[in-house]
Amino acid sequence: MTVLLDPTSERSPTIRPRLPRPERLDGLTIGLLDIAKARGDVFLDRLDERLQERGIAVKRYKKPTNTRPAPLPLQQQIAGEVNLVIEGLSD
Amino acid sequence: MLCRSNEPERVMVSLPQDGLVAVVKRDCPTCELTAPVLGELARRAGLTVYTQDDPSFPETVPGPVHDLALDVSHRLKIEIVPTLIRLEAGREIGRTYGWDRGEWERLTGVRGLGDGLPDQRPGCGAKNVEPGIIERLKVRFNETGLKSRRVEIGQDEDEQEAMFGRGWSDGLPLVPPTEERVLRMLDGTARDPQEVIGLVPPALAAATVEKIAINAVMAGCKPEYLPVVLAAVEAVLDEGFAMHGVLATTMFVGPVVIVNGPIRRQIGMNAKGNALGQGNRANAAIGRALQLVIRNIGEGRPQEVDRATLGNPGKLGYCFAEDEEGSCWEPLSVERGVKPGVSAVTVFAGFGLQGVVDQKSRTPESLARSMAESLKAIHSVKLAPSCDALLVVCPEHERTFREAGWSKARLYEELYKLCEIPGEELVAGAKGIAEGGPPSLAGKTVNKFRPGGLMIVRAGGNAGMFSGIIGGWSAGGPRGSIPVTKEVRP
Repeated sequence: MTVLLDPTSERSPTIRPRLPRPERLDGLTIGLLDIAKARGDVFLDRLDERLQERGIAVKRYKKPTNTRPAPLPLQQQIAGEVNLVIEGLSD
Repeated sequence: MLCRSNEPERVMVSLPQDGLVAVVKRDCPTCELTAPVLGELARRAGLTVYTQDDPSFPETVPGPVHDLALDVSHRLKIEIVPTLIRLEAGREIGRTYGWDRGEWERLTGVRGLGDGLPDQRPGCGAKNVEPGIIERLKVRFNETGLKSRRVEIGQDEDEQEAMFGRGWSDGLPLVPPTEERVLRMLDGTARDPQEVIGLVPPALAAATVEKIAINAVMAGCKPEYLPVVLAAVEAVLDEGFAMHGVLATTMFVGPVVIVNGPIRRQIGMNAKGNALGQGNRANAAIGRALQLVIRNIGEGRPQEVDRATLGNPGKLGYCFAEDEEGSCWEPLSVERGVKPGVSAVTVFAGFGLQGVVDQKSRTPESLARSMAESLKAIHSVKLAPSCDALLVVCPEHERTFREAGWSKARLYEELYKLCEIPGEELVAGAKGIAEGGPPSLAGKTVNKFRPGGLMIVRAGGNAGMFSGIIGGWSAGGPRGSIPVTKEVRP
């Protein structure tokens, strides 16, 4: 176990903060990531419809298997093409 | 990654309540010398012997107690071996170290010790106070006095990735700031770790010596660089330097640190070939430590309060030493009021490097004109006054001035005169460039610099007629940032 001393002003909690959420979706491209679990596509298809109705650009992605993290090329492709990602986690 | 509280953890050390205790190590000739005496005292006076390095030493004593973890030695604050201590009811009532027959006899009450030995022999340094070990023991005994939050890195987590993930890095790997390393760093200064050097913008968070030491560790500093880092932090936090503005501006600048005085050579800084480049640990780490202080303590980060359009590579760290030994001019620090022979840092809000290439001038007049033409181009040939500047004169250029007997004051004066620009050239639209000043400039003369807005130092390798200009911030001067000099204190 390594213990480090905090070099900061300690005004933030030690738990890594989430990235800030965008204030609005207009003008952004949204990625929908299917993690390859059953019926995830149903959820994402519906989101796709709703987003397209609002004129928001959507790109679809799918992991080869839900048992492993997304392959690096897929992660990089998503990072290069969209501003944010929504994924469905449940069966 | 977890945060843990700083609750003391008790290290249990058991010692005899009464009697004699000796601490020794085999790697000490005086301990070897006293081995027969230790054996005699173990037999006759109930001596317990703790050994720091070899569990079988001394063979004269039945079953010496090994103290390889050095907990007993640390608890007893042993500095020299052999040390002989008398305890009564758990309290120490007497101690002697090294071999001194009279002292040993007085403490043990046994006469005629060490027949055939010299009367006295100095001891050796104890293992528990060796650098690297003493810090580890202080951490284990919770005696560091360090106040900063502890961040635990998971056993399988990569330290570098954990630090990147927390946003501590300037983009390059960091030295992990363990408690042991920070303790060693603090040995580099006599200042109290909790002394506040100033409030770091934009967060206006307190920069204690301890927090600065943590960032200095991460930057790769040695403890002996710390006084220079502290002076640089003190300088940028001086109101005159306007660190908040220097950080927040869309312009290129960051703090440039120029080091003068004996500390330069004591810590091995580079003032010669490639002085402004890579490859010297002190130059690189001191400049980097200052930037990490601004990033981590002040929360001054790019694309946040740091609004720089392009920034400049020197914002990773920009620090070098003046080549005083080879110069005919007084050092920058002396020119700015510091006594000769006293170490100091000067900070300047500057950026990049613009070369002054002149391989043909052999008179000071020609060379000064050459330098002035380059100086007049900083930011834009259409802007004056535009910013302060730092002229780094290389040795082969300085030689031309030296041989002609030009003092630094003379060069300042001549350059200032040569940087007068006819207003017509500066008017918006002149030279076919829309940038520029109002038509009212026509008929006037405008200087490229405010009075006192130019600084000159000497640095660089012996070969090459290549001086350099470090440009400044358009808000140079009292309304924005002025250079600040601070003495380096131990």
